[in-house]
Amino acid sequence: MTEFSVDAIRKGDKLALSRVLSRVEADDESGRAALDALFAYTGKAHKIGVTGPPGSGKSSLVNALAHHLRCAHPDSRVAIIAVDPTSPFTGGAILGDRVRMPDLQNDPGVFIRSMATRGALGGLADATLALSQVFDAAGYDYVLIETVGAGQAEVDIVTLAHTTIVVDMPGMGDDIQAIKAGILEIADILVVNKAELPGADQTYRNLVLMIEMGYRGTGRINGGHHRLTIATEARSIEPEGWLPPVLKTTALTSQGIVELEQAIHQHRAYLQASGAWHAKENSAIRQTIDKLILKELSENWKKTLPAGLYETVMQSVSQRKLSPRAAAHALLAYNSE
Amino acid sequence: MSEKKIRVLIAKPGLDGHDRGAKVIARALRDDGMEVIYTGLRQTPQMIAEAALQEDVDVVGLSILSGAHNALVPYVLEKLKENGQDNVFVFLGGIIPESDIPGLLAKGVTKVYGPGTDTRVVCQDIRAALADRA
Repeated sequence: MTEFSVDAIRKGDKLALSRVLSRVEADDESGRAALDALFAYTGKAHKIGVTGPPGSGKSSLVNALAHHLRCAHPDSRVAIIAVDPTSPFTGGAILGDRVRMPDLQNDPGVFIRSMATRGALGGLADATLALSQVFDAAGYDYVLIETVGAGQAEVDIVTLAHTTIVVDMPGMGDDIQAIKAGILEIADILVVNKAELPGADQTYRNLVLMIEMGYRGTGRINGGHHRLTIATEARSIEPEGWLPPVLKTTALTSQGIVELEQAIHQHRAYLQASGAWHAKENSAIRQTIDKLILKELSENWKKTLPAGLYETVMQSVSQRKLSPRAAAHALLAYNSE
Repeated sequence: MSEKKIRVLIAKPGLDGHDRGAKVIARALRDDGMEVIYTGLRQTPQMIAEAALQEDVDVVGLSILSGAHNALVPYVLEKLKENGQDNVFVFLGGIIPESDIPGLLAKGVTKVYGPGTDTRVVCQDIRAALADRA
């Protein structure tokens, strides 16, 4: 294994970058050391999450968006993390998002990395945040993170991304679906993809209605959705909040992608002006620290338990002599003696 | 983390559009617990090597039914080497005449498979090749 070099990664050595990504994903000693060394260079990239139901066109939208970003800003580089599910039975995975990204394969300014969830359930893999930090440190200006096909509750992306794009498509449900809690709520930008299909206008109206209901009380929408349709203009730097615009796109023909890019940059301007940019970053970092502490505490604590004690207590629980909570207290109490 | 996941790129270089074989293999490797990156049809050797680089794969599986293997495969091997990935194993499947196989193996292909190959054999061969390297 080649020695890890911050320099090589910062200078754009793709092989070094790719290998470090693997180490970080594996969460082994060298991966952790790399992440520690690279952290000082993070904090610059705009992390953009793309989520939505399977088949709604996330990969195609990422393809069109990344291609457009590279055309509109040739100096900036784009990293893509495409997450697909791991089989719960075999541990294997088919990572097929590259198939939808033909426009990016010959672009030296785009780096696509496919990731399997490896058992994580929130729509991302455990190491997705870490991988996005590596790309950030490597100098990629945009990190596009495509989640697995999401249902209603895979909302982990929101803690990781500065801007979350939720992709919907015609025929995915009525206006009741649109007002349920969950994935639609986390959107900074809502996209109705496949807008050329019948029913796109209905889907669009349902989403606009949902946004209107959510924001009417704030007095920022004066009725009607005409204001909403131009929400990507003028509205971007309101101190009191961000109004998620609803956009129509056809990713395969790049319809609506220019408007999507504008909305993304307006959202970024809003985040920076309102201070939410750093707040989001800090809350993600805080979560990481908390998770690491929990993990280490619990690992260290388990080491101090006498062999077999856990199993003995577990037996009492399965015989219903002890509740799980009482068992946890008993185990913890043993240690504090 | 338990054992390191085996990552495999399955690619179809050149112009033939017959991808059933590639998909069957991708599925078989998935069911054997590997992570399979599938890139789709009509890939150039450069695109395949670049994808292998970005994905940091252990194995590249090429599926060719067009007869262009003698032109395409060495090109892929060369590009992998250029990128510093000469440790990546290249497996080849498709319609490959017996007489072409020794030449391809000599150039660095690990194994060549024809129609009717038992997919379990492919999985075993991949694991064996990686075990030897480690």
